[in-house]
Amino acid sequence: MEFHEGACELKLLQTLDGHTDRVWSLAWNPATGTAETPLVFASCSGDKTVRIWEQNPSLSSSSSSYSSWNCKAVLEDTHTRTVRSCSWSPSGKLLAVASFDATTSIWENVGGDFECVSTLEGHENEVKSVSWNAAGTLLATCGRDKSVWIWEAQPGNEFECVSVLQGHSQDVKMVLWHPTLDVLFSCSYDNTVKVWADDDDDWQCVQTLGEPNNGHSSTVWALSFNKTGDKMVTCSDDLTLKIWEMDSTSMQSADGYAPWRHLCTITGYHDRTIFSVHWSSEGIIASGAADDAIRFFVEDKDGLVDGPSYKLLLKEEKAHGMDINSVQWSPGEKRLLASASDDGTVKIWELASLCTGNGY
Amino acid sequence: MVSELINANPIVYEKKERRARSVPTAVEEYVVEPIDQQEVFDILSLQLFWYGLCTFKSTYYRGISKLFLLLLLLFSLTFLNHVRDIKDPEHPYSLEELKVITEDAIEVDDQQSYVRITFTPTVEHCSMATIIGLCLRVKLLRSLPSRYKVDIRVAPGSHASESAVNKQLNDKERVAAALENPNLVDMVDECLAPSYD
Repeated sequence: MEFHEGACELKLLQTLDGHTDRVWSLAWNPATGTAETPLVFASCSGDKTVRIWEQNPSLSSSSSSYSSWNCKAVLEDTHTRTVRSCSWSPSGKLLAVASFDATTSIWENVGGDFECVSTLEGHENEVKSVSWNAAGTLLATCGRDKSVWIWEAQPGNEFECVSVLQGHSQDVKMVLWHPTLDVLFSCSYDNTVKVWADDDDDWQCVQTLGEPNNGHSSTVWALSFNKTGDKMVTCSDDLTLKIWEMDSTSMQSADGYAPWRHLCTITGYHDRTIFSVHWSSEGIIASGAADDAIRFFVEDKDGLVDGPSYKLLLKEEKAHGMDINSVQWSPGEKRLLASASDDGTVKIWELASLCTGNGY
Repeated sequence: MVSELINANPIVYEKKERRARSVPTAVEEYVVEPIDQQEVFDILSLQLFWYGLCTFKSTYYRGISKLFLLLLLLFSLTFLNHVRDIKDPEHPYSLEELKVITEDAIEVDDQQSYVRITFTPTVEHCSMATIIGLCLRVKLLRSLPSRYKVDIRVAPGSHASESAVNKQLNDKERVAAALENPNLVDMVDECLAPSYD
């Protein structure tokens, strides 16, 4: 698939109000967006709540330019401080919610009602991110106490901590599991990305991607994988995005771990901290930043002479009235993106092709 | 508990001559005026018992002692126009007089909705730098339109751990978490409380 600058436009479908404080993060339910199941996502906020939003199914199929989103549930009265991040289990049945109140809560969707079925305690203070592995058997959390915790799901919605990983020298901003392997990635205020792997039930740091290996020079806020999981993008307070590649030549090595190496740096676009980055299944990288803009990048197939490079496909200035904290592509057929902002809103966008019928 | 003053004899500078603000007429009151350097400076002008603050080496990293909080009551941040005529012999110096903040250290671009504050801690190791920076940030958050982007930093060469202080002051997640800490919020509110006339 080829994308060219000027061939796409970003259409705002809806602005969702409801949160009474900044919206920190959002997560699409990966099991939605099919013919039978309308799209669902969760957003979480400084107002200490999580909101569950659902697309109105009667309108979504008939028209691509109009859809209607409703708040189906508000998860409240559980967390006493900011809810910083949330993550759906792969089955879409459970939602894990990380809060500055040092706990992570697990919510189960029971016939449309959300019940808090478990609370994970252990972090000393603010929990900043939570992520499920591909099988839904492991959960990772991280926080200001510089640690990364790995939890194993037990029968009956019990979660047992199997490892507390120390290694970062500052607070850990985000954790994310690899899309297919049980390898965990964490990024931090200490400017590094760390890779954690399981060696005979002993989790340890197998690689640190820092400034010496062409890494970031300031806080790394987020990361995302491409569809196949052989590339990763990271974004940072140093105003750059970096693309990393799994070294496939050593993939067959005995220990099962393939190291990552810096591929290229996307620089000179955002002029304030980049808080969020998400790689679509089609290969479009979306980034959201403190400059209130959303940008889209694609691999530049013409520039292979000097090695791989990425070009700007489109930018949306003033996408929000304040900082953009999270951008996430939806599952399903449509090229939908949700963005969350300090302005308290979530916006739903469609990245549409200007010329129809040209093979997109 | 009381250690020696870190900066017992701060240099006190003269206040800058203020340019007169025109009194708006009834019509002008409804005109949106661009925000300029002097306005931001006025927002930030601080009345503060500066060297008293630097007396205590305990910082909020180690927890806040009651005595420390009491001292912080003396640290007040308010509009210069309220502050400049206050005569309190015990708390004689404003941030302006100590050159912690000067009008020149405030860059404002109203078109781009951007403010950058560069403040100068009076001593290289002043542990209050992060607290003062937090107060500056909160004051601007509460005073400026939400479209504004604010960068706060210590003046180059003025602080021993300059880059660490700057990084912390501009990490909005850390600021957000700090502002959910009741002790810190009380402290900031005390700092920001208007001075009594």
